[in-house]
Amino acid sequence: MTDTFLFIAIPYAAVVLAVGGGILRYRYDRFSFSSQSSQLLENRTLFWGSNAWHYGILLVLFAHLAGLLATGAWAALIANPTRLYTLEAIGLGLAFLAFFGLSILILRRLTNAWVASVTSRADWLLLVLLLAQVGLGIYVTVVYRWGSDWYLHTAVPWLTSLAQFQPRIDMMTVLPWAVKAHALGGFLILFLFPFTRLVHVVTVPLSYIWRPYQLVIWNRRPKSEPSRLSRILSFSRRPRIR
Amino acid sequence: MDVRAQVSMVFHLDKCIGCHTCSVACKNIWTDRKGAEYMWWNNVETKPGTGYPTQWEDQERYRGGWQLDDDKLKLRLQGRGRTFGNLFANPDLPSLDDYYEPWTYQYEELFNAPEGDDQPTARPVSLISGKPMEIEAGPNWDDDLGGSPVYAANDVNLDALSEEERQELQEIDRLVFFYLPRICNHCVNPSCVAACPAGAIYKRGEDGVVLLSQDKCRAWRMCVSGCPYKKTYFNWSTGKSEKCILCYPRLESGHAPACFHSCVGRIRYLGLLLWDADRLLDTATVPEADLVEAQRQMLCDPRDPAVIASAKANGITDDQLAAARNSPVYRFVKEWRLALPLHPEFRTLPMLFYVPPMLPVISAMKRDGYYEVEGATDIASMPSLSTLERARIPLRYMANLFSAGNEEVVAAAYRKLLAVRVQMRAKTVGDVDPADLTAVMTAGEIDREEAEAIFRLTAMPTFEQRFVLPPMAREQAIEETVDPYTRKQETGFGSRQAAERRW
Repeated sequence: MTDTFLFIAIPYAAVVLAVGGGILRYRYDRFSFSSQSSQLLENRTLFWGSNAWHYGILLVLFAHLAGLLATGAWAALIANPTRLYTLEAIGLGLAFLAFFGLSILILRRLTNAWVASVTSRADWLLLVLLLAQVGLGIYVTVVYRWGSDWYLHTAVPWLTSLAQFQPRIDMMTVLPWAVKAHALGGFLILFLFPFTRLVHVVTVPLSYIWRPYQLVIWNRRPKSEPSRLSRILSFSRRPRIR
Repeated sequence: MDVRAQVSMVFHLDKCIGCHTCSVACKNIWTDRKGAEYMWWNNVETKPGTGYPTQWEDQERYRGGWQLDDDKLKLRLQGRGRTFGNLFANPDLPSLDDYYEPWTYQYEELFNAPEGDDQPTARPVSLISGKPMEIEAGPNWDDDLGGSPVYAANDVNLDALSEEERQELQEIDRLVFFYLPRICNHCVNPSCVAACPAGAIYKRGEDGVVLLSQDKCRAWRMCVSGCPYKKTYFNWSTGKSEKCILCYPRLESGHAPACFHSCVGRIRYLGLLLWDADRLLDTATVPEADLVEAQRQMLCDPRDPAVIASAKANGITDDQLAAARNSPVYRFVKEWRLALPLHPEFRTLPMLFYVPPMLPVISAMKRDGYYEVEGATDIASMPSLSTLERARIPLRYMANLFSAGNEEVVAAAYRKLLAVRVQMRAKTVGDVDPADLTAVMTAGEIDREEAEAIFRLTAMPTFEQRFVLPPMAREQAIEETVDPYTRKQETGFGSRQAAERRW
């Protein structure tokens, strides 16, 4: 019963809340749909903390996703022991980098009066949860070796079964507590996604790659009808860009 | 030809008395909010001086604006790839220390202090942390050359001057300064727009006002670095960038911007310019010395039938065309060639222009222990062309500010301004040798009629002559997207969203 709640109810609830809540927040409170940069108030430690944290955690996260979405390729990649060792070492290094960066960011918010004044309770909740999650990840990597291998036979089938709406949790329930906590921690963070600054994860400004440098918006010149998607996402009649 | 309209301003620096009324009017309307206290969308700087934020003109440090790289225009800040690499920590962002820490005073302690032997005091407290603080800087800390050995000496525009010229500027006998009011330049090639990864900043097609969508801003902070004038600011409380909006809600209803309206010296002129968007790229990529002239060429004659046709095709209204023909800005910038852009070498094609100050040009000299206007004894205190070479502020300094180092551009403006003075002296006092007058007028490339017109628009313009802009015809603008009658029924009640049930 507990396992059903932990490994079926919580993941589904978290995903529904994250997606639904995220869309609602984007639609009705787009103003707040970003992180709140404190770089103006403190520059130097942020450079080391933020870069280390973001680059570390992003790469580790991509590795998790790669194992999940391209299981076959991942399995082939780690079939060779040398590659497995190298990958584990790199992963552990990146995790330490993220842990180091996040610790710096937390210390910065504790010690700098200016930055502390723009830190909310939700920020603290998120920071503590993220630190615990990364810490657990490092613990699991060190204590239960070759996670990049057994991950494919435990969490991946579980997550795949959830995605196929045929939940199978037997391979998760037998795992050590730390691994379980790490898996649930991910969904807890997903829970917080629509309610915290974490929404900035999905605001990566990809359109900057192809958009022209200069933007001109005419109030008076309707060029084309807005697409259905943009009408759903926008809450008012927005003028068009040329 | 792709003619567009641009709301544009001229600052006549000779008339600026440095009273900061414009800054205060702006602050009271727009930036008297948490997180925006340190912002001055309009500020007035003393020149020579380091300005606000400190040394904003030093692009080696702040990396704002554009630069030419093999004839191609590139953001000095970074290319698109590096933008993504720097998303998590922008290495070129000024910190709040480059502006100043905003503060208030604990006024309530003046009233609530218990009875005692000493006067109660109101201590300064930080508006960010709320803690007591030492005030160490402000937005115009070097006002009127206060602390000039520290501040004015670091002015980057002095770099091109010889050691001797710099020494002379700092001599107590020759101390000289002028004021430089600054707002967003509403450039036609804005680098803040280009640097914004989220695409939140845009130029309004109808009037060229550069605006920053608060809903689209995702706090990447690249605009703050990208603007060479440091006129986009990051609100540390809301986590959004903000900038001067040229008081567009006032413009749309036919009112002058707050800074303009409150200007005590009446130094500001606001009107429309028509410019050719097809020439934008060519204009922005000419060699530095030609930038001012190229920008003048980019401006279109509002009486030219071809220009009018293209303007109409772009939806520029008859009201706007009439205003463009009557524009004081067009006269100062294009017809008279007196008003110059601030730091055109940033290549953003700023659309606010400055008439360089005449006053400090006229040199003073010591005679028998007294100070006199130079030349006072020889030609009845009449300023002459020779004063330009002995200007108290070297022409090169002015050229660094207003013409990307091209001294001839500034000198031409000064020769014309001198000619206006001599002509007016000949008219009102009548002690000018006609030969001298002719020489000065020829050098200034000006005739009597033009001198008279410059004098009138400079010295005695009415408000209607300084502010020539039709209301922005919001009714017609609305028609394109929504039936005005429906719109009328919707407005007046509700918040940002229409007051309607969605489910």
